[in-house]
Amino acid sequence: MAAELTAMERNMKRRQRKRDLVAYSFIAPNFIGFAVFTLGPIVLALLMSFAEWDGSNQMKFVGLQNFINIFGDDRFMASLKNTVVYSIFTVPVTLVMALGLAILLNQPIKGRDLFRTVAFFPYVASLVAVAAVWNMLFTPAKGGIVNQILMNVFHAAPLKWAASSSTVMLTIIMFSVWKNMGYYMVIYLAGLQGISEDLYEAASLDGANSWQKFIHITVPQLKPTTFFVTIMLTINCFKVYDIVYMLAGGSNGVVNKSAMVLVYYIYEEAFRNWKLGQASASALVLFAIVLVVTLIQFRGEKNYAND
Amino acid sequence: MKSKKANRIIGRVIVYVLLILLALLMLVPFVWMISASLKFNKDVFVIPFEWIPKEPRWQNYIDIWTKIPLAKFTLNTAKLTLIVTCLQLITSSFAAYAFAKLEFKGRNFLFLAYVATIAVPWQVYMVPQFMFMRSLHLADTHLAIIILQAFSAFGVFLMRQFYEGIPDSLCEAARIDGMTEYGIYAKIMLPLSKPALSTLIIFTFVNTWNDFLGPLIYLTTESKKTLQIGLKMFISQYSAEYGLIMAASVLSLIPVFIVFISLQKYFVAGITTGAVKG
Repeated sequence: MAAELTAMERNMKRRQRKRDLVAYSFIAPNFIGFAVFTLGPIVLALLMSFAEWDGSNQMKFVGLQNFINIFGDDRFMASLKNTVVYSIFTVPVTLVMALGLAILLNQPIKGRDLFRTVAFFPYVASLVAVAAVWNMLFTPAKGGIVNQILMNVFHAAPLKWAASSSTVMLTIIMFSVWKNMGYYMVIYLAGLQGISEDLYEAASLDGANSWQKFIHITVPQLKPTTFFVTIMLTINCFKVYDIVYMLAGGSNGVVNKSAMVLVYYIYEEAFRNWKLGQASASALVLFAIVLVVTLIQFRGEKNYAND
Repeated sequence: MKSKKANRIIGRVIVYVLLILLALLMLVPFVWMISASLKFNKDVFVIPFEWIPKEPRWQNYIDIWTKIPLAKFTLNTAKLTLIVTCLQLITSSFAAYAFAKLEFKGRNFLFLAYVATIAVPWQVYMVPQFMFMRSLHLADTHLAIIILQAFSAFGVFLMRQFYEGIPDSLCEAARIDGMTEYGIYAKIMLPLSKPALSTLIIFTFVNTWNDFLGPLIYLTTESKKTLQIGLKMFISQYSAEYGLIMAASVLSLIPVFIVFISLQKYFVAGITTGAVKG
């Protein structure tokens, strides 16, 4: 009897093992690539931030020296400050524009799908191409179309835009809002479509006007969406690199302190100065910031789930 | 009653005016791009700006092919995009099937590894990743770019979310009929997951086609460069060739435009799936 049971057990075990193997065979093609080329480097990034390494000589562990170095480097501090400034302005402006667009494009109007496509296209358009146009529209010369509008319509002095340290961040922020708001508009559209029509009808019966409906129904109902958009936007803002490279990088791609951002600093330390330890330490700072934002999101999400 | 109707008309007018203003804001750079691509350099900044050039200079669209190896760049990008998209689609949907429909040892732990890395920006580990690839002699190869893009956690996550929505009873019934797991994946799941696959195609296509930082770090030989890097190189070298720069820019947008227009329905759906994941 006992022997029979173990035979059965063994049989079951064998079948379970076979099932495991089938499952692993499904996962393997993706997981091997993922583990070797993503998980591995992530662990390596941690190690490297505590080491001194130029990429060819022996790696040497130096404890927290890299962190002390970067926080004493005014180029790092400038890049941190610029990234924060960029995020502080880009996040709310993009958010408001995206919400506005979504509300407009949620109305029953003619050509709605066409308008949506138009609003979304800058997001998928290649950055190099659209940045090239922006550089020409916002050329520091008086002949640029934007400077012409400034001078002739607003009777203001022409600006130097990306060529001046006082307006370069402004130019980058405006470009970023223009390029990305269509993406967040789509998220808001989905949020708007999730709001029950009944709420608006009830409010209409109570005599509420459009503005009151917006403040008392739309805004509170969209709270989870707004929360999600804010987090996504913040994380994406901290990852900014190519916009800055395209708009503020000179012909050799060198960005000066007035527009330098975190990822640019990482890139420069690693691939121009070959200070890989310092590059990894600043990458870890970037990760810490993104992690904090993500954790806030998780907590916020829990709160909404409990509501 | 009358004033209410008047109000509504005024509201409508405001909505349309705002929409047209916004549409202009979005479109003007593209129109300007096309317009400038058909001009002599000296005419690009002439005031008042000529939106429709009287004598369009189509020659720009011919010259650009000989000025830089644009055909080579386009071919490289197309090759990379095609391979990455196929690999991404196959490996992600394959792995996602196991995560969604199979019970096995270590499932939760492995899936957690995927989910956790979605939160780690690529920029955080791009440096060690490059050093690792370099030690494998993969720096300055297309293979590196393919590896970089083809095994994303995002793809697995997206496909798994979709598969979760397909009832388990469908798989069970097939298993009872004696179908293998591979058969269920190929004959039942794949045909059902067209919307998710389309979303993944667009995301991967657009990301790979437009990727800049990856190829910038990895590709140093000119003949291996992608369209984005090549375009940027051209802009740096010939910054005053406005007409040619704009012609090249217009050309680089066409493939994305075509893919976007033909699959845009799924793209919007995909973003919302991404939003739900939170």
